[in-house]
Amino acid sequence: MLILDAATRDAIIAHARRDHPDEACGVICGPAGSDRAERLIPMANAERSPTFYRFDSMEQLRVWRDMDDRGEVPVVIYHSHTATEAYPSRTDISYASQPDAHYVLVSTRDADAADFRSYRIVDGKVNEEEVRVVDALPLEQAPLEQAHD
Amino acid sequence: MSIDVRIPTILRTQTGGEKSVSGSGETLGALLTDLDARHPGLRARLVTADGTLHRFVNVYVNDEDVRFTGALDTPVKAGDSVTILPAVAGG
Repeated sequence: MLILDAATRDAIIAHARRDHPDEACGVICGPAGSDRAERLIPMANAERSPTFYRFDSMEQLRVWRDMDDRGEVPVVIYHSHTATEAYPSRTDISYASQPDAHYVLVSTRDADAADFRSYRIVDGKVNEEEVRVVDALPLEQAPLEQAHD
Repeated sequence: MSIDVRIPTILRTQTGGEKSVSGSGETLGALLTDLDARHPGLRARLVTADGTLHRFVNVYVNDEDVRFTGALDTPVKAGDSVTILPAVAGG
């Protein structure tokens, strides 16, 4: 299951609408091992294409370095489909190399209702998962405190 | 002095979990062949059977994307740093 706060979900949809009819793409990072989608980073689609996306390689290097410095990992990798449903294409599956990431797809085919879905893609196998949208991410679990009498 | 190569998580199965490895060579291609001697299988994850760089990875020499500097023929020298990242792309 992917847990996203509503503002982040809305920002992804807005990004996809803005770049329509080209595909939009980006990443949400969070602390390594936390599975928390905390920090949204819209990326440039170097292909500027309605049927393909690729993170700009220089931008990706900067963003990945920054994540490394902060102890973060890409928790969500998202992109839009602008004429088809929000389901991973064969190309999406062939490039999906991060088994720990949530692959989010948003379709802007319908101007009124965005189709917003999430998948795990591991060894070429696609599994859709539930997306739970919350007002705010739950607080990080605090370390257990010693009980005192 | 050798050339430092940063390895992404997905390729660390080839380096025994190491985040960075080092090797030598006059070009990126030669460096990868050198690394493959100690980390068997690493080169095959980066270079296709046709001998070209795989489209699923980005390779940078001193922060330059090698697609624009000669790919596997990109010259390298001691003290350079090489970074490998998975390409993020799709349709």
